[in-house]
Amino acid sequence: MALAGLFLVTFLSVHLGINLMLLKNDGGRAFTEAATFMGTNPVIKVFEIVLFGGFLLHIIFGLMVSVQNKAARPAPYACSNSSDTSLFSKYMFHTGIILFIFLVLHFFDFYFIKVGLVAPPQGIAIHDFYQRSLLLFSTPWYSLLYIVSFIVLGIHLNHAIQSAFQTLGWNHSKYMDAVKVTGSTFSVAIAVGFSLVPIYILLFLK
Amino acid sequence: MKFTLKIWRQKNVTEKGEMVSYDVSDISPDSSFFEMLDTLNQQLIMTGGDPVSFDHDCREGICGTCSLYINGRPHGPVKGVTTCQLHMRSFTSGSTIQIEPWRAKAFPVISDLIVDRSAFDSIIQAGGYVSVNTGGVPDANTIPVPKERSDAAFDAASCIGCGACVAACSNAAAMLFIGAKVSHLSQLPQGKVEATKRVLKMVARMDELGFGNCSNTYACEAECPKGISVANIARMNRGFIGAKLFSEKEKIIKESL
Repeated sequence: MALAGLFLVTFLSVHLGINLMLLKNDGGRAFTEAATFMGTNPVIKVFEIVLFGGFLLHIIFGLMVSVQNKAARPAPYACSNSSDTSLFSKYMFHTGIILFIFLVLHFFDFYFIKVGLVAPPQGIAIHDFYQRSLLLFSTPWYSLLYIVSFIVLGIHLNHAIQSAFQTLGWNHSKYMDAVKVTGSTFSVAIAVGFSLVPIYILLFLK
Repeated sequence: MKFTLKIWRQKNVTEKGEMVSYDVSDISPDSSFFEMLDTLNQQLIMTGGDPVSFDHDCREGICGTCSLYINGRPHGPVKGVTTCQLHMRSFTSGSTIQIEPWRAKAFPVISDLIVDRSAFDSIIQAGGYVSVNTGGVPDANTIPVPKERSDAAFDAASCIGCGACVAACSNAAAMLFIGAKVSHLSQLPQGKVEATKRVLKMVARMDELGFGNCSNTYACEAECPKGISVANIARMNRGFIGAKLFSEKEKIIKESL
């Protein structure tokens, strides 16, 4: 789960890079070019399968571990635990479920249209992700949903990154603080970075 | 001082338990938590009731026998102490104190606040030892151990096996306990020989016994009365992954499991 998770982190960075091209004021040329490259390049096509594998492993292991953990304490405490832990570390399963729901929604909005499973909305070509994004993010409630999902992702990642290092045994008194700070900075960058796109579209392009 | 106690009462392993309320008064702020419970039990005996059973032995914080989950925290609100080293001055007079046993599938409740922790013994039997051949006692210092190593091993060795880590963990995982035992033995030259076999066997036994998985909330480290660091868990993970991936001996060990 840790390894698959770290792999998904690299994917997020690439995805964010492409999304931020939407902010370039060129009528979506750079973004469309990048999206076309990601949609047609054969190497990327292969990696798409690897990526789905990564998601699948991460989700399956996550579910398995959660079921085992639940079974490890059949009788709950009457007084809920008040030990000092970081705020969201106990809610990885819950944030994971929210992210999964977002992922399904995201697939219906973009990926399924691309592969032809879902018809694109009227007046928008199958591969025109730029117009599609503009249309979606012009709806304030959709933008809000999107931003909330990425805040949840930020929370998930904030615990996940240092946790993956610990699980893989990459813990050293010299580097652990740096890993924690880098992980938190990265999770904030992901949450803010992805949220910039709907905010920008709502404010300037609507 | 006076308190309202809400205590888990359960006759035996099979019977269903429940929280029962008791009142105690005239408690000295300097009395220990157990002395307060002794007072309650005396009161119960005098009135013909059934005294509350709880585990304790040395009452000086070194044996690891005591095990109470007090107000949602193993060993109560004070950091770095066992229940026997907890004093009533740490509570406000008139308050309600909830007392429960450790909760884990691998630690069944035997009676009231006593749980069966032989799962820990079973894990130690699986690999938490150093095989020593009989013979004369070796001279001291014949095997050199670097100071930092012996210090790190000693820090891990201070684990008293009370099970507070399992009790605090949201997944009832025993990783801090096993991490401590693995780190204690495998960092020293005498224990290093069996390091691969040890980590595989102890982790396998842990899984068998139904402990949960580590999700790195670090509640265990926060509640450990001996301040065992979660760095020991990472060291165990490192050893485990190394043993799984790179050990040529693994096949032989698998057969001996």
